[in-house]
Amino acid sequence: MQSPFNEIDPGARDSNSLIAEFREATKRYGDVLAADALSFGIRRGEFLSFLGPSGCGKTTALRMLAGFEVPTSGIVLLDGQRVNEVPAYRRPVNMVFQHYALFPHLSVAENIAYGLLQRRPRPDRADVARKVDRALEMVRLPGFGPRRIWEMSGGQQQRVALARAIVNEPKLLLLDEPLAALDRKLRREMQIELQTLQRQLGITFVLVTHDQEEALSMSDRICIMRGGKIVQSGSPNALYDEPISRYVADFVGKSNFIEGVFSHGPDGTGRILTPSGQLFEGRVSQPLAPNAKASLSIRPEQIELTHVSRGGAEQVTVINRIFLGEHTEYLVRHAALGDLLVLVARQAEASEGGFAPGDTAFIGWAKSTALILVQD
Amino acid sequence: MQRRLSTWLLLAPAGLWFAVMLVLPLCFVLVFSFGQREAAGGYVPAFTFEQYANLPARWTAFRNTLTLAPLGTILSLLIAYPLAYFLAMRADPKWRTMLLILVIVPFWTSILIRSYAWIFILGGQGLPALVDWLGFGSIRLINTPFAVLTGIVYGYLPLMVLPVYVSLERLDKRLLEASADLGAPPLQSFLQITLPLSLPGVATGCMLVFILLMGEFLIPAMLGGGKVFFIGNALVDLFLQSRNWAFGAAVAVTLVAIMLVTVTLYMSLMRRLGGAREDVSLM
Repeated sequence: MQSPFNEIDPGARDSNSLIAEFREATKRYGDVLAADALSFGIRRGEFLSFLGPSGCGKTTALRMLAGFEVPTSGIVLLDGQRVNEVPAYRRPVNMVFQHYALFPHLSVAENIAYGLLQRRPRPDRADVARKVDRALEMVRLPGFGPRRIWEMSGGQQQRVALARAIVNEPKLLLLDEPLAALDRKLRREMQIELQTLQRQLGITFVLVTHDQEEALSMSDRICIMRGGKIVQSGSPNALYDEPISRYVADFVGKSNFIEGVFSHGPDGTGRILTPSGQLFEGRVSQPLAPNAKASLSIRPEQIELTHVSRGGAEQVTVINRIFLGEHTEYLVRHAALGDLLVLVARQAEASEGGFAPGDTAFIGWAKSTALILVQD
Repeated sequence: MQRRLSTWLLLAPAGLWFAVMLVLPLCFVLVFSFGQREAAGGYVPAFTFEQYANLPARWTAFRNTLTLAPLGTILSLLIAYPLAYFLAMRADPKWRTMLLILVIVPFWTSILIRSYAWIFILGGQGLPALVDWLGFGSIRLINTPFAVLTGIVYGYLPLMVLPVYVSLERLDKRLLEASADLGAPPLQSFLQITLPLSLPGVATGCMLVFILLMGEFLIPAMLGGGKVFFIGNALVDLFLQSRNWAFGAAVAVTLVAIMLVTVTLYMSLMRRLGGAREDVSLM
């Protein structure tokens, strides 16, 4: 586990650069700890994601920011102010809901104007209309104002939900699995759009998702959550390259794991002794006790698949081949290590020649690319 | 062809039933309404508007029905809406079914028996006696419009609660979160989201209660004691007592006409309020 602020550089710790902050924020539902003493700062203008499986507390964290949940203990700060009991309708925060939650009895324009029209004193009609039009342009739906909600496709509804939130110029834009209901191609498009929009507007975005690809592709920073706690936070690159535990490595990207018992090696490296008696070396980034159960993690793209054995290679049988365009994904079976995923770039496959299911092949990897991780 | 045949077969029993038991009698009534009364009572074929010209003679029944039916509907709605709201939005889901059953339970007893209960409650030995005993003077409740209204609201409340409850229960609660998130305090959320989206249920409930009230006969007969009577009571009187079938038919045709007009107007109003949505179900 990390200390609360280890991802925040000292300069960022003063409250001016943090738009929101959890301090030991805990949310308990009966016996269930949905958020377990969360301490975490959200930087002004960043695109932050909470990533984790369902029930990990990511949605609770988001709902505490929105004002739908009051923390059982601890503090939630918004722009330096304690907001624990401030109801949602008084917070300068807007949310894009998972299933959009658009008002079915209002037109697209009325939906978008809804937030503006709640302000007191009531804003000028013409001003509202202008802002609504601008928001519609921003989400690339110009002229859709008079349409009814049920006339819009899923992707369009998603954009309306986005426009309805950003038109209020919130200090924080919360996104609760906003792309979950869209098909793959549309999701990809929206990811790019969301990112562009976030840069244009300079609004802090907080995204909750269980889709690692979504988090990796859009975020400046990701918090990996588990059991109501933040397990690790950092940039997508950092999480991918330097996961602190098997859980994180498994959640961020794909990885192969070789289980075994840990022992120290030379120069801060480590070794894993598998039950079958094989010894593998790897990097160690987190302190590990000798004889502790650990996993060696090797990313699929770090493994080299060859027809002939090179030094230290392991013999495998090719089980399956999936062509992915610029990559080919192979599932290979090792007598002792079990099934492993290997990702071969198109160029590499071209020079080495392809493999067919049933072929005997050899796998190898650079020791520096294998990472020994705590099994948590 | 096969499909069309099976469609007809499916519709035949109900179609036949309605044709014989509803359309045909209605035609008789319409024909009768242009006829004349036989001296000893009954019907003489004729074509005259005499009966319709005579309608003002039954003005009191029309007036009572046309004031108490809408009033009863509105009163039922005012009482049923908060109850339905509580059941759908606030009640613990554990108890919800139980509470709903409690709303429906009175339906399991005959309205006749329940109206008798009200005769005793509102009669001389009931509430008025209590009021008198408490020193507030003597009041009369039974056989007043108040008594009829009480009986109506009591009897028809479940019919109003259920459709309103269903529409509130079906309402996506996330819309209320979205409304709060966009800055609307609870009352505003209710007025701008909950209320408009529950209108289909309100419309259905009002329609059910209003239509049934227009033809109501039993409650005014028992709690109105011949002093507060509806068109239904007038019809019974005309057909069974004075045996003036032609005039009775004219009154009945007028009642049906009034109902058709009000219901049509009401439906078009509701459709407009519902934002011309196609999926607004009125019935």
